[in-house]
Amino acid sequence: MTNIQPIAGELEIHPDVALVERVRKGDVSAYDALVRKYERQVFRIAQHITQNREDAEDVMQDAFLKAYEKLDQFQGNSKFYTWLVRIAVNESLMRLRKRRTGKMVSIDEDVQTDEGSVPRDLADWAPDPEQHYTQAELARILEKTIKGLPPGFKVVFELRDVQGLSTEDTAEALGLSVPAVKSRLLRARLQLRERLSRYFGRKRGVEK
Amino acid sequence: MTCKEFLALLDDLIDDTVTPEMRTDLRTHLEGCDHCKVTFDTTRKTIEIYRSHQIYDLPSGLRERLHAAIMNRCKKGC
Repeated sequence: MTNIQPIAGELEIHPDVALVERVRKGDVSAYDALVRKYERQVFRIAQHITQNREDAEDVMQDAFLKAYEKLDQFQGNSKFYTWLVRIAVNESLMRLRKRRTGKMVSIDEDVQTDEGSVPRDLADWAPDPEQHYTQAELARILEKTIKGLPPGFKVVFELRDVQGLSTEDTAEALGLSVPAVKSRLLRARLQLRERLSRYFGRKRGVEK
Repeated sequence: MTCKEFLALLDDLIDDTVTPEMRTDLRTHLEGCDHCKVTFDTTRKTIEIYRSHQIYDLPSGLRERLHAAIMNRCKKGC
């Protein structure tokens, strides 16, 4: 059997890279397409880190403007979205520092938790527990539950589990090592699970 | 396999990045351990709920403001 290797010119170009190329040639509508594609994701990351709606709006605007201005620096050897997330995370942290009057805030600060210990709260959940709540109630529970996690945990969980990025892309976007992403993901998942058990645990009934 | 060893591989089981042999070991542990079975099921459910009920909707008007800001920036030189 002949194995046909693609020649260089036939390699598939990622749609984002094609859009970036069009922007570089002066087609601003191509940038609009990139904004539409990623605006929700960028907004959620900003909201997770800043915990403030107004700040998240400003961060989203600043991040997309900065990415637009720095587009020449985008190399194309990383994915556009991971490059964009890195800008958005930096903008979010800057905003948070400003609000906390210069106190250092970092995505890779190590937070002491009981990693590796077997979870305590082990009430099983009712089947489809989310159906006991209205959409608005559920949204409040999910927001409240994730709010208390350290920023580094929230963003890792958002990128890996909600947005579906690979561990490697998450690490690149956040400037973290792969083991650091894995460790934060496990702790984020277990902490969220434990906190949601307060609402969904079968033994305690459904609390509202 | 102890519960602690199971927990160390919980993410790999959820993400399905374990070898077939390891998956068999983990499944065997699950069959005999209610504690880890609940942890596994509810952790997987946690992810599923957050994935299917995405929080923090984009505020109305934000897209238009961003578009205007980009167009304004573009006037200074795209």
